[in-house]
Amino acid sequence: MTDTSQLHRIESRRLALYGSLLVLPSVFMLSLFAFWPTLATLWASLFSKGTSRRPSSFIGLDNYESLFANPDFWQVVGNNLIYAGVTIPVSIALALGMALWANARIPARAMVRIAYFTPAMLPMVAAANLWLFFYTPDIGVLDRLFGLVGIGGTNWLGQPETALASVIVVTIWKEAGFFMIFYLAALQTIPPDLKEAALIEGAGRWTYFRRILLPLLMPTTLFVMVNAMINSVKLIDHLFILTKGGPNNASKLILYWIWENAFSYFDRPMAAALTVLVLIVLGIVALIQFAVLERRIHYR
Amino acid sequence: MTSPAPFIVLTGITKSWGDSQGVAGIDLTIARGDFVVLLGPSGCGKSTTLRLIAGLETPNTGRVLIDGKDVTALPPAHRGLSMVFQSYALFPHLSVAENIIFGLRVRGLPKAERSERLEKALSLTGLKGYEDRKPSALSGGQRQRVALARAIVAGHPLCLMDEPLSNLDAKLRHEVRQEIRQLQQELGMTVVYVTHDQTEAMGMADRIVLMKNGLIEQQGPPEDLYEQPATAFAASFVGSPPMALLPAGKLPPALSAGLADGLIGVRPEALRLAGAGEAGLPARVTGVEFLGGETLVYLDSAAGALIAKLPGRPAVVRGSDVQITWSASDRHLFEAASGKRISNPAGLSAPAERKTGRMV
Ligand SMILES: Nc1ncnc2c1ncn2[C@@H]1O[C@H](COP(=O)(O)OP(=O)(O)O)[C@@H](O)[C@H]1O
Ligand SMILES: [Mg+2]
Repeated sequence: MTDTSQLHRIESRRLALYGSLLVLPSVFMLSLFAFWPTLATLWASLFSKGTSRRPSSFIGLDNYESLFANPDFWQVVGNNLIYAGVTIPVSIALALGMALWANARIPARAMVRIAYFTPAMLPMVAAANLWLFFYTPDIGVLDRLFGLVGIGGTNWLGQPETALASVIVVTIWKEAGFFMIFYLAALQTIPPDLKEAALIEGAGRWTYFRRILLPLLMPTTLFVMVNAMINSVKLIDHLFILTKGGPNNASKLILYWIWENAFSYFDRPMAAALTVLVLIVLGIVALIQFAVLERRIHYR
Repeated sequence: MTSPAPFIVLTGITKSWGDSQGVAGIDLTIARGDFVVLLGPSGCGKSTTLRLIAGLETPNTGRVLIDGKDVTALPPAHRGLSMVFQSYALFPHLSVAENIIFGLRVRGLPKAERSERLEKALSLTGLKGYEDRKPSALSGGQRQRVALARAIVAGHPLCLMDEPLSNLDAKLRHEVRQEIRQLQQELGMTVVYVTHDQTEAMGMADRIVLMKNGLIEQQGPPEDLYEQPATAFAASFVGSPPMALLPAGKLPPALSAGLADGLIGVRPEALRLAGAGEAGLPARVTGVEFLGGETLVYLDSAAGALIAKLPGRPAVVRGSDVQITWSASDRHLFEAASGKRISNPAGLSAPAERKTGRMV
């Protein structure tokens, strides 16, 4: 008896060893490309900006303090909140709507799908250039259309009132088609029987959508939502083409500002401090999404 | 046995999708409280017929009447029926209880009545204790019961079932067959049941509607289909092992019933070994299957292969030559070209022409 239990112990110890060996490569890669840069950034954010006369020195949390005291910081944060608050729900809702439409029995279904997906295939810079033409005052497509109903030329990207909204529209246009593909794939895994059963049980389209379809699409929605959220921080390519964050910071997003700090103002420690703040916020949001939402989602 | 008022009437129903023919022209009357089985090979239009009754498909031509009301243009929800799908079509994110009362909730039944009906459905289907499970945590048989419970909970007078047992293993299938039949009688439901399995049809049906290529080949009580098949197809489809269909021209004159061409059909159990001096069809035994009470003897003859079901344990071995024969009263005659039954010399008319019930 003791022999077998001892054997078991050796066996389980060996399994544990195998386990550690198996995760080792991942641990190594993650350390190299995620943990180490994070720590380095955190460390860098605790120093002052070095100049030729005054070298960089340890200043603790001073960078964070001056950030919080800077009205530009609060404007950029506000911009990004609006940007995320609009692009995430609107592009998800549009994606779902388009997917339902493109999944229905409609003529030229393949064409519709391709048309919806085209924006997703364009590089963001190309998409932004396209929209630059749309937005051109007076001669752009948008102003031509508005001209038809008697509304004069608008400098969509050049005035603070419309700059952020214009950037948001481009992002939604770009993202919705991409997210639609995920919804389309998810819709195709839902057996048509379920709809028929619901119909026979007396459910209308809306009830079927709300009580059956939407819950079954929740895993996709979570996935898309996480992606949309990441994009709302990460996707700033179009700012370089469209507004450069202007006018007067009206369309500036956090990552763009980080880039400016690091490479235009050469204030690396400030950029590092901003990056740390973004990491903290994203980490918290991801935790909430996975811990809270996950529990309510039905996975098949 | 059943009330004469027709409950479901299909008249002149056709349904096709472009080149794909679903139902080629069906007239069918189903009496209230009957257990009617739509039987036929795969692709013959059984499911299409069922879905036309359900309202999941709209016919190209023809009308559907349920309980005297023309429902041809009505959506499924307004036809007062329930359905059990082959896949069960349970909602995977809802618990057993929520699945069962889905329709009651949609229709806005008060909570007290919902739970009362739920209790009844759960106890009728033996699902007590499983209310809170998700379908993924149930066995195939249990899922099937949930689908049944959902179909009976609303108390609709009509229940449609599309191959509800085909995903169960053989043993379970046999059990559930009887349970469904019992449930139907207890609740007094009219059931239209689709299957391609003739033993299932024979065992459950009050009436069998045999279909082929989108048309009704023959309909009637199971005994009628078995004893008086209207066509060679009906003869070969109903009964297991299938009836031997032998071309009359290849039989010895004594057995050919005076037909030059045409088919002579004999059920396996009507075949027997010829006695001394009796006319027989020479055949070679190609296989012997002892089943206990009876033995299946596989035979090869000049008229083709046939299977005989002989009582007990006959003294034949594989490879031996035997003379096989049958009584004139046990044979069925069919036209060669059309496959139609040739009126029996015994004086009975073909069942397809008989409108009234069976006289015993
Ligand atoms: N939605 C559809 N579109 C095109 N053809 C169909 C459709 N549904 C059924 N059919 C065709 O109709 C015929 C009968 O189908 P069905 O009623 O499902 O047969 P079964 O008797 O096996 O249930 C088949 O040949 C099938 O291909
Ligand atoms: Mg079918």
